[in-house]
Amino acid sequence: MDNGKSKSTRPLRRSQFRQLRDVVFFLTMGGLSASFILLIVLLLVADALFTSPSEFVAALQKPEIQAAFKLTLVTCTLAALLSLWVATPLGYVLSRFKFPGRSVIDTIVDIPVVLPPLVLGLSLLILFHQPFPFSELLVGDSGWELDSWFREQLGFPVTYSWRAVVLSQFAVACAFAVRTMRVTFDQIDGRPEDIARTLGASRGQAFFKVTLPQAWRGMLAAGTIAWARALGEFGPILVFAGSTRFKTEVLSTTVFLELSVGKLDAAVAVSLLMVAMAIAVLMLLRWLGAGLTS
Amino acid sequence: MIELVDATVGSGDFALSGLNFRVAAGEYAVVMGKTGVGKTTVIESICGLRRLKKGRVIIQEQDVTAWNAADRNVGYVPQDLALFPTMSVSAHLEFAMRLRRFKRSVIHSQVQRFSKILQIEKLLDRNVSGLSGGEAQRVALGRALTAGPSVLLLDEPLSALDADTRQVAQSMLRDINRQTGVTVLHVTHNESEALALADRHIYIDSQDGKANLSIRADLQTS
Repeated sequence: MDNGKSKSTRPLRRSQFRQLRDVVFFLTMGGLSASFILLIVLLLVADALFTSPSEFVAALQKPEIQAAFKLTLVTCTLAALLSLWVATPLGYVLSRFKFPGRSVIDTIVDIPVVLPPLVLGLSLLILFHQPFPFSELLVGDSGWELDSWFREQLGFPVTYSWRAVVLSQFAVACAFAVRTMRVTFDQIDGRPEDIARTLGASRGQAFFKVTLPQAWRGMLAAGTIAWARALGEFGPILVFAGSTRFKTEVLSTTVFLELSVGKLDAAVAVSLLMVAMAIAVLMLLRWLGAGLTS
Repeated sequence: MIELVDATVGSGDFALSGLNFRVAAGEYAVVMGKTGVGKTTVIESICGLRRLKKGRVIIQEQDVTAWNAADRNVGYVPQDLALFPTMSVSAHLEFAMRLRRFKRSVIHSQVQRFSKILQIEKLLDRNVSGLSGGEAQRVALGRALTAGPSVLLLDEPLSALDADTRQVAQSMLRDINRQTGVTVLHVTHNESEALALADRHIYIDSQDGKANLSIRADLQTS
């Protein structure tokens, strides 16, 4: 009788033990996840507590910070548009076609993502100021430089101007935009494009009329990612564009400049502004992502 | 008319050689064969989405082997229908005519004509994403037909339909063939569908990559 009773309670105990193990599992997973979330939240709270609203507003009313804010908006937008302009065809080609050298192109696209930012800035500087090999053979000038050519032929310099800011941002942001556009085109069925060709469309017409209208959310997401990456860019801008007040200073370099002269309150105010901009962009991205999967 | 002359079709490592058949103008031909024998590859080679490895494709007495898909003037309804997700039903019907710069009045009258034949007049303003299987299949047919193709290529277009809708669709396909005079090449697995529709029956078998065709003609009149 006793034996039978203990037998009947065994599944219950086993079940309770399993539930306990589940609780331990969720606590472990939750605890590890929470540690990272907590770190980020504490960072933001620490920044917010460091400055008062009046100090925050006063710092943002400084003309040099307002100029940097405006230049940031303009250069990030230009870099995002340029990235989208390049990433759409490149993402499409990498997604749809198999050709010799595709893996090489794939690797080249990822180089700006893995390269240290300062190295990228240095490489841009060298590209624009290094005399081109074989330039004597090609243009009859042994010291032909890209930046001199821009200054003399087109009438404007690139290095240490706002154009260098855009180019520095574009070099990194475009790599992220290409990845997003490639995934976008991977998710779009290629069959309707084929059928459009049997109905009289050229490849270009099939792309513009059938595929591209399906890719608009992906394009918005790619543009947003490129914009966000451009906002956070610092190293290449410092090396290739410099950080001259009212000329090439953007918010990321403002933080550096304010820190370097000991104005911590201004640096934190600009940081908080950048956090607010990043949150807005990430929320937009999340909304677009939800739209893509629904 | 459609003719394959000593054709070898293929995709990747797969190849099917020795394809010779002719479908006369206005005829309704049904192609059958085991799964994987290469029926879809044959149909895609005729419409120009795949290049022939060898041989010739002739449509309306013209050798179109080297022509682009866009220039062959064929209507193709694939098994997956492959509708354009961002377009309305009327945009589908207008698509081929707009590309070929038909007059606005012709586009309008063709859309009216085929939407009536296919019984999709009430769907014209709707986006294709919410259509039922039968409705989507009729839209795909309309998209392939409105620009007046010389041949219509159908790759198992009725396979996803229930028995009743299939019966209706079969008689509609036969009517379209008779009313427009378009030459039809229709791939199917379904014996009764083949018997109901075919003037010419082409059965494809293969041995070691070589096609073995058995062709029966004049089925509807015999």
